[in-house]
Amino acid sequence: MKLSTIVQLTALLAGTALLGPAVQAAAPAELLAGYSAQAGAAASPQRGEQFFNATQGKEWSCATCHGTAPTQAGKHVSTGKPIGALAPSANAQRFSDAAKVEKWFRRNCNDVLGRECSAAEKADVMSWLIGLKP
Amino acid sequence: MSARLASRWWLAFLCASVATLGMTFAARADDSRASRVPPLPEYTQECASCHLAFPPGLLPAASWRRVMDNLPRHYGTDASLDPALTRKLSAWLEANAGTGKRAREQPPEDRITRAAWFVREHDEVPATTWTLPAVKSPANCSACHTRAEQGDFSERHIRLPR
Repeated sequence: MKLSTIVQLTALLAGTALLGPAVQAAAPAELLAGYSAQAGAAASPQRGEQFFNATQGKEWSCATCHGTAPTQAGKHVSTGKPIGALAPSANAQRFSDAAKVEKWFRRNCNDVLGRECSAAEKADVMSWLIGLKP
Repeated sequence: MSARLASRWWLAFLCASVATLGMTFAARADDSRASRVPPLPEYTQECASCHLAFPPGLLPAASWRRVMDNLPRHYGTDASLDPALTRKLSAWLEANAGTGKRAREQPPEDRITRAAWFVREHDEVPATTWTLPAVKSPANCSACHTRAEQGDFSERHIRLPR
């Protein structure tokens, strides 16, 4: 085996070991990158915050259930059930599972906007939420 | 009436009483058993995000079927799930649906809270309690039934908020 091959292999192994946990922890950022790429534009946290707090033709906004400070727990507006904080800095489970994220965007966007959210809207909201500090 | 005949009548009466009592207890046991079916993990995961994972025994199968067929329009919200999971939860709900005396009724809008038994059981709750911020909705069982999440609705574990 050539020395260069050994070096490459060692680097690959070390990289995998390092990346393993890092990939998981970076999940929200990765999802955000995916939505931004789909939207073809950079996400805007300011737009995301506005979007989150505004009603969009229907009765509820995102903040109606998630609260205006999503680093804290929210409360379901019709059932009163507590909803865990939405900001990843306050709740590590958030935006860690792509299928779950898509499911909730589909349902909740339909409740708030009466339609699905665009990739740009999802990216904006996520970029705002990811930037929130507890 | 001879003494022998009288004793027969007495025996028949006794048997009937015991049978009635037995049926009453059976019905009660049925109700409480229905509340304590161990929940399917997916049921808790999907449904308890927004409300209590209502015990399947509190609605008859026909009501659960309609509820599960209409998840995209679920009491004012979109609660849609992927088709495979919807089928799995529906099958479990219908298999464990109520069969007792209470559950024979399909309540209006398939709402547990509008079933005659529910209204009757809660007729002592003051009107002001229902509107408290801690209660908000009659579907918020846990507001008063402190062990509702464990399927325990016994009177011992009721605490009315003030």
